[in-house]
Amino acid sequence: MTNASATSKSMTIGEGLLWPLFAVLAFVCLLGAAMAHDSAFAFHASLGCVASLAAAFTILNRYYDRPAELPPQEINGRPNYNMGPVKFASVAAVFWGIAGFTVGLIIACQLAWPALNFDLPWTTFGRLRPLHTSAVIFAFGGNVLIASSFYVVQKTCRARIAGDIAPWFVVLGYNFFILVAGTGYLLGVTQSKEYAEPEWYADLWLTIVWVTYLLVFLMTLIKRKEPHIFVANWFYLAFIVTIAVLHLGNNPALPVSLLGSKSYIAWSGVQDAMFQWWYGHNAVGFFLTAGFLAIMYYFIPKRAERPVYSYRLSIIHFWALIFLYIWAGPHHLHYTALPDWAQTLGMTFSIMLWMPSWGGMINGLMTLSGAWDKLRTDPVLRMLVVSVAFYGMATFEGPMMSVKVVNSLSHYTDWTIGHVHSGALGWVGFVSFGALYCLVPWLWDRKGLYSLKLVNWHFWISTIGIVLYISAMWVSGILQGLMWRAYTSLGFLEYSFIESVEAMHPFYVIRAAGGALFLIGALIMAFNLWMTVNASEAETTSAAGLLQPAE
Amino acid sequence: MSLWNRHKIFEKNSIILIAGILAVIAIGGLVEITPLFYLKSTIEVVDGMRPYTPLELTGRNVYVREGCYLCHSQMIRSLRDEVERYGHYSLAAESMYDHPFQWGSKRTGPDLARVGAKYSDEWHVRHLIDPRAIVPQSVMPGYPALAATEVNVDDIAAHLRTNRAVGVPYTDDQIANARADLLAQADPDNAGVDAFQKRYPKAVVRNFDGKSGNPTELDALIAYLQMLGTLVDFKLYDEKANLR
Repeated sequence: MTNASATSKSMTIGEGLLWPLFAVLAFVCLLGAAMAHDSAFAFHASLGCVASLAAAFTILNRYYDRPAELPPQEINGRPNYNMGPVKFASVAAVFWGIAGFTVGLIIACQLAWPALNFDLPWTTFGRLRPLHTSAVIFAFGGNVLIASSFYVVQKTCRARIAGDIAPWFVVLGYNFFILVAGTGYLLGVTQSKEYAEPEWYADLWLTIVWVTYLLVFLMTLIKRKEPHIFVANWFYLAFIVTIAVLHLGNNPALPVSLLGSKSYIAWSGVQDAMFQWWYGHNAVGFFLTAGFLAIMYYFIPKRAERPVYSYRLSIIHFWALIFLYIWAGPHHLHYTALPDWAQTLGMTFSIMLWMPSWGGMINGLMTLSGAWDKLRTDPVLRMLVVSVAFYGMATFEGPMMSVKVVNSLSHYTDWTIGHVHSGALGWVGFVSFGALYCLVPWLWDRKGLYSLKLVNWHFWISTIGIVLYISAMWVSGILQGLMWRAYTSLGFLEYSFIESVEAMHPFYVIRAAGGALFLIGALIMAFNLWMTVNASEAETTSAAGLLQPAE
Repeated sequence: MSLWNRHKIFEKNSIILIAGILAVIAIGGLVEITPLFYLKSTIEVVDGMRPYTPLELTGRNVYVREGCYLCHSQMIRSLRDEVERYGHYSLAAESMYDHPFQWGSKRTGPDLARVGAKYSDEWHVRHLIDPRAIVPQSVMPGYPALAATEVNVDDIAAHLRTNRAVGVPYTDDQIANARADLLAQADPDNAGVDAFQKRYPKAVVRNFDGKSGNPTELDALIAYLQMLGTLVDFKLYDEKANLR
């Protein structure tokens, strides 16, 4: 305890409101657990009770431990950045990334060798697949976005992040949402809307967390010391705001009971399908694209030590991207019972979307003008640049697949899975790894990474993994599509469905091998980051940089 | 030149930037989604659609819970090979009571929009418990636990009531008798069968899993699968009247 009792210590409004609120919430959760209609709800209510008690205790404990004055906004005229929540989210991102990639590898193996389902309710493909998608998108990607946005917004505004407890509430509350969602999938709690599977109570909790996230981000922007809002923050802001709108639009549901996990969604049939893919495609557009473009706009210029290539291109690219993306949803519903006019609109805007996407790619790549030689010496920068190249590839493939004739072949097949993964592994994965490799030494105040050589290994092993994955899925997807529509000379369908399933086996094995390589790469990264934080400076080999031979 | 300077208003005011973002992202969604709620041509006019019976709804919830939609679509596209493989292309009307929709996005297994009445109950029982006993090349997981789990019959009326609140036209009669109807549909000897069939015309009453005793989740899931795509009689369906 410090001896600062000269000024009297009092609780902040946040502390004074939150600890009783959490205490009440713990009691409500306890009642919920006791009176629950199903065991999954009882389990989640118990989790909620324990977490609320922990939160109330932590807030009180923190109050009694802290000095009377809150941390200053500035020390000696320099902003006093709050990096605790950023550190937590960075570590969580690495943890969830490895968990999510592992589950992905398991379900890839299940498709190749179905005995691995073990025919137990909680280990089948149908329950593990949402666990994989949510773990990689929301747990890994989400923590990378929260960590990087809280870092970037402080640095580019030259201001300490807004709020005292609020940033911690966002990080911890978000990870608690992940825990509830993930355990729910294993227990069969799902509303079956792809990438929006969590049930009503998890959705409500996420809404509270997300609005707090928006407020923390916005208040930090408002108290900035720089006259301009840096371009990366436009993208972060668009990502946070739009995800809130999408979440609210796609998820209104009526629970059967306030003490049970099951709910029925407000929308039905064709309207529900349109809402779902308006949400689903823009989860890609705003979570996996706008958010990670923000990372690109901060970390590539920083790492390359060059300014963003074109300021005007970033303006056009920003507004065009967010305007066009929101229209693209119906391309998931070509030739379905969705009215034709909506399908045509979806296809038209998807094709137009190619342009702003490549505008962003060009802006990212050309930022290296005059610094291309760094690709030889800095594997982290190489990872960031290759991620942008994958972004360019995926955003060309996407508009192509949205063309109705192409989609008639590609839809329902593995081609879609391959397309998603060229974006998810190549773009989102690599740009996240690049950001983490930058962030960890900065956050823990290390001179550099433990080993650039290991980054190099990570880069190549993962790249080979991605290539195996996406080429296996191209072949299997197109093969499936062609087999389903093949006719004999007598005008009969040539193949039964099960023959197309049988033909997939070798490609599913190759895909699993690609996924395994990607996971190995991530494990190397986890080791490297761990050693960066924990090894002594003398062991760190890379402070001076590692020269690669020109090839 | 001046236009680029005008953009500074967004770069210097976070509230104006947020307002701009909201305005720009609202347009696409408003144009594509809202007309689906008022354009009459969105959902075809058909005969035969009815809400799910209590047993079918229970089965549908099992289908949702197990994530079947992740490998099976329920949406036959209007393409020659799909219509020949699976049957008449799916209508919007056929999923008008579906909360949520189950159109799916991937066919690791075949489409199920019209799987109803294609296979026997016995086939489904054996296939759901051990798919490779019937189809050696299948990669589907087995679901032996369904046969051993009795359905919860007590809160089924609450499920129907919730569905009515979100727009499914269940009658008071159907909600009041939900529990009896659930038991009757899986038991042809049940005294309530006639009343059940009056409430849900043409619904099939069978002991789906072939075992005596209370209905299991296997009964419910098979009841659901066996009615998929069977409600609309396409001999009577007027395609020209529903051109969109």
